[in-house]
Amino acid sequence: MSGYSADPRIRWTEWLPWVLAIGFFFLMPGYLSLGARILIFILFALSLDLILGYAGIVTLGHSAFFGLGAYTAGALGAHTGITDPLLQLAAAAALSALLGLATGAVILRTRALTLLMLTLAITAILLEIANKWTSMTGGADGLSGVKVDPILGMFRFDLYGKTAFFYCLAVLFVGWLVVRRIIYSPYGAMLTGIRENSTRMHAVGAPVYWRLVMIYTISATMAGTAGALLTQVNQFVGLNVLGLEPSGDVLVMLILGGVGRLYGAFIGPVVYIVVQDTLAKQYPEYWYLGIGLLLIFVVLFARGGILGLLDKWLPFLRPGRSAKASAR
Amino acid sequence: MAAVLETRSLCKSFGALTVADRINFRLEPGARHALIGPNGAGKTTFVNMLMGQLAPSSGQILLAGEDVTRVPQSARVRRGLGRTFQVTTLFRNLPLLDNVALGIAEREGVAVHMWKPASRHQEIKDEAMTYLSALGIADDAATRVADLAYGKQRLVEIAIALGLKPKVLLLDEPAAGVPSHESGIILSNLAKLPPEIAILIIEHDMDLVFRFAQRITVLVQGSVLVEAPPEEIARDKRVHQVYLGEQHA
Repeated sequence: MSGYSADPRIRWTEWLPWVLAIGFFFLMPGYLSLGARILIFILFALSLDLILGYAGIVTLGHSAFFGLGAYTAGALGAHTGITDPLLQLAAAAALSALLGLATGAVILRTRALTLLMLTLAITAILLEIANKWTSMTGGADGLSGVKVDPILGMFRFDLYGKTAFFYCLAVLFVGWLVVRRIIYSPYGAMLTGIRENSTRMHAVGAPVYWRLVMIYTISATMAGTAGALLTQVNQFVGLNVLGLEPSGDVLVMLILGGVGRLYGAFIGPVVYIVVQDTLAKQYPEYWYLGIGLLLIFVVLFARGGILGLLDKWLPFLRPGRSAKASAR
Repeated sequence: MAAVLETRSLCKSFGALTVADRINFRLEPGARHALIGPNGAGKTTFVNMLMGQLAPSSGQILLAGEDVTRVPQSARVRRGLGRTFQVTTLFRNLPLLDNVALGIAEREGVAVHMWKPASRHQEIKDEAMTYLSALGIADDAATRVADLAYGKQRLVEIAIALGLKPKVLLLDEPAAGVPSHESGIILSNLAKLPPEIAILIIEHDMDLVFRFAQRITVLVQGSVLVEAPPEEIARDKRVHQVYLGEQHA
């Protein structure tokens, strides 16, 4: 899909998510807070796709960055006078980037199961810190009273979630532009190379380890931004942003949608959160069962996720390589 | 002439097992040198030490006069050391063009660029095409490696190595696994490689070795038995005993 033979122009199908999101805003005004939540998880899943789908880094600890971002925005809004949303977003992104760089530099020297366990350990440690440091985080009760000013001093967060929805949509759009650029760039092609065959990448002179630390940091920055959005939209942050559960959730979302496809990160969270919301209303105790069955179905019958199924059924949507772009 | 690649008293042992024993080796610019030896002689160990995938127990490796014994593999590649793999090591799901372009992008320092789309780096694609053309596989530029005949995959190995513009090229059994009626294509392409590149070939196909190499080093049980031009190697009794003897007994 990406690389030196790919056509980097934006296809019409790539505008669909944005058209649908704006359509959703006008057609379903009662569900805007659910919509904002979906947009936030799309951004989170997108950040995971960068490292899992493109660089091949398997992680169960991506919530570490999401949670750090969420608590950064929360602590700033609740304890300090820094209540400007964009400032909070920037601080969350910066701290998450630092954590990504610091932990990535240590754990990316390992691979496979060791790496998986280390990622899990890091988010578990953060969860325990958030749990114990009650003066800062509110502990198990969560941190309420997070103050967030109107965006750019103009758009106040309203009761219906209109501002929140467009705010999240705008941040996601920027995130999407950046990720798309990266994927189609030589750097993105190089990441695909590492995923496909790291021995070969070493042999053409790529310092593989540093390249992985770099993308891990970028991905952490995005995940932290998504976390901060969640706090700002809810004006609350609780322990459920850290630990195994949100890491697993976002991984399942990405697998449902399709890994390494860019738009799998869009479809997965929509399906997951809509199914979750519907089932939770009907069967508050058993909604995970529905998600579990869905996941089993996808893993058994649709290895490429929902996007993989769409490829099969609606082949004209498939991006494909442009023969023109590759031949010269 | 100054050696472009040199090892001084290179040793490697795993516990009591010595797999490289005081190997002194020199490769001059433009050399066509073959490394042969029976199975288990330590050829692959030697190559892995040259590339930096395996740390020697003692001794030195010099690349263009500089000590690179402790330099990691990627940095050695950037200083002009390229290799091909005995077992085809390619990006199987990527087109040929991308296989070669990824290496060129590393050499050019473009591989960390994040903004301009890769496919708009025309200079890299053009260069990749010149190597594919030189090896006669330009028509397959858009084909995935996995969909390619094995003989052609071996040529992709060489194309990637050429894209690194190496001073020294290590060819690890370039004809391995290629049916004998196709190995001629490999040999004719090897003969066309740029003369300024120093080439060290590790190969079991004696026909190919004797036609290609100007000097041959025979490795036995981790140490150099003899180094000489092919004619002398062919006459050498010790070589017959330890190596050719196996086949011509």
